Amino acid sequence: MRFITEFRRSDLAKGLIAQINQRSHAPARLMEFCGGHTVTIFKYGIRQTLPDNIEMVSGPGCPICVTANTDLDKAIALAKMPQVIIATFGDMLKVPGSHTTLQELKADGADVRIVYSALDAIAIAEGNPTSSIVFLGIGFETTAPTIAASVLQAEKKRISNYYVLSLHKLCPPVIRAILDSGEVEIHGLVCPGHVSVIIGSHPWDFIARDYGIPCVIAGFEPLDILQCVAMLVDQVESGRSEVEIAYRRGVRPEGNEEAIRLMEQVFEPGPAAWRGIGEVPDSGLKIRKEYQHFDAAIAFDIDPGQPYEPEGCICGDILRGIKTPPDCQLFGNACTPQYPVGPCMVSSEGTCSAYYNYGEGP
Amino acid sequence: MCLAIPALVKSIEDKEAEAEIGGITRRISLWLTPEAKVGDYVLIHTGYAISILDQEEAEETLKLFEEIASLGGEEV
Repeated sequence: MRFITEFRRSDLAKGLIAQINQRSHAPARLMEFCGGHTVTIFKYGIRQTLPDNIEMVSGPGCPICVTANTDLDKAIALAKMPQVIIATFGDMLKVPGSHTTLQELKADGADVRIVYSALDAIAIAEGNPTSSIVFLGIGFETTAPTIAASVLQAEKKRISNYYVLSLHKLCPPVIRAILDSGEVEIHGLVCPGHVSVIIGSHPWDFIARDYGIPCVIAGFEPLDILQCVAMLVDQVESGRSEVEIAYRRGVRPEGNEEAIRLMEQVFEPGPAAWRGIGEVPDSGLKIRKEYQHFDAAIAFDIDPGQPYEPEGCICGDILRGIKTPPDCQLFGNACTPQYPVGPCMVSSEGTCSAYYNYGEGP
Repeated sequence: MCLAIPALVKSIEDKEAEAEIGGITRRISLWLTPEAKVGDYVLIHTGYAISILDQEEAEETLKLFEEIASLGGEEV
């Protein structure tokens, strides 16, 4: 068991596809929240294997894509400061802020470094004691505990030049905001697998209970997605709405309690600005007072300037699931992965990037 | 962004481990999974193990898929 190729077997996929096609009759619009799921669905052509009554729509589950321009502009303002080294996951480099990108600043001489892990950022801080290292804390519940651990590691090692700009976001509150907006009707939710590895299944209970929407937590291999769709179809056809775990090899109902403990030790919920959605209460994570000496938002006087949204870009509507990339006049013309206008084309997990790279229409 | 990949824990030293990912060995952190043991498969996200994969559950899931495939073959 290597936990990868076993879940890509085409003979088993055929069985699941046959079951879905036999059992699904009612119209079912299923939202995959997570950008990782969007990529699997497009890469393996899963939409084409489903019956016509099932529609898959993408949600706002790409942390890069939902980072508001106001927040991105803060990172850009920090990168312009002397003696500041920005450490960030690679996808952030090309995301257009209001006036420039981190990549352009880097070309102009700013010290912006791509890291694979917050651990790498700590190492940079140790190796550059006269500089301030600001790690861009982007990501959902999957990533936030790793950043919390990095803060605790920095505390333990008495590293005083490591800072985090916390732009973390929480998934359940934004799903509530999308459902409350009434803009998109969905009949089933493909819940994010690796977010649920951390938070467990219970934070999704309100969706099944209060909104009557079936929820199934899925893994990221093609068989995982097909199994999830089959389980959602069973719920839709039988009129049930429950939270079920398809990704049982990775997700426990209680989540990863140690990760939750560390995350809650360093962070507390606060409001967050989501691109296209606006400010959502308690959907972000800010650094607690006890650890505020690591908080870049407090340590630096950041002036991001006035935000500017590019004309014609409909990333916001795409993130809310009410439009698809082919609805955008820029898609594939003025906006491509090489020259992206909006973040959904920049991130490898963005919906526009998935449509573009895997050549699908609406 | 929430990408996490399975890796086999080869050795552990304090809260760090050597883990094999597709033939490549990487140093990972066990801060979030202190209960991980040598021989476990863990999910790695940005250098941290975030979950220990459950082999029995994986086998059960695959068995279920095989049953569905055998039924699907008859019905199609």
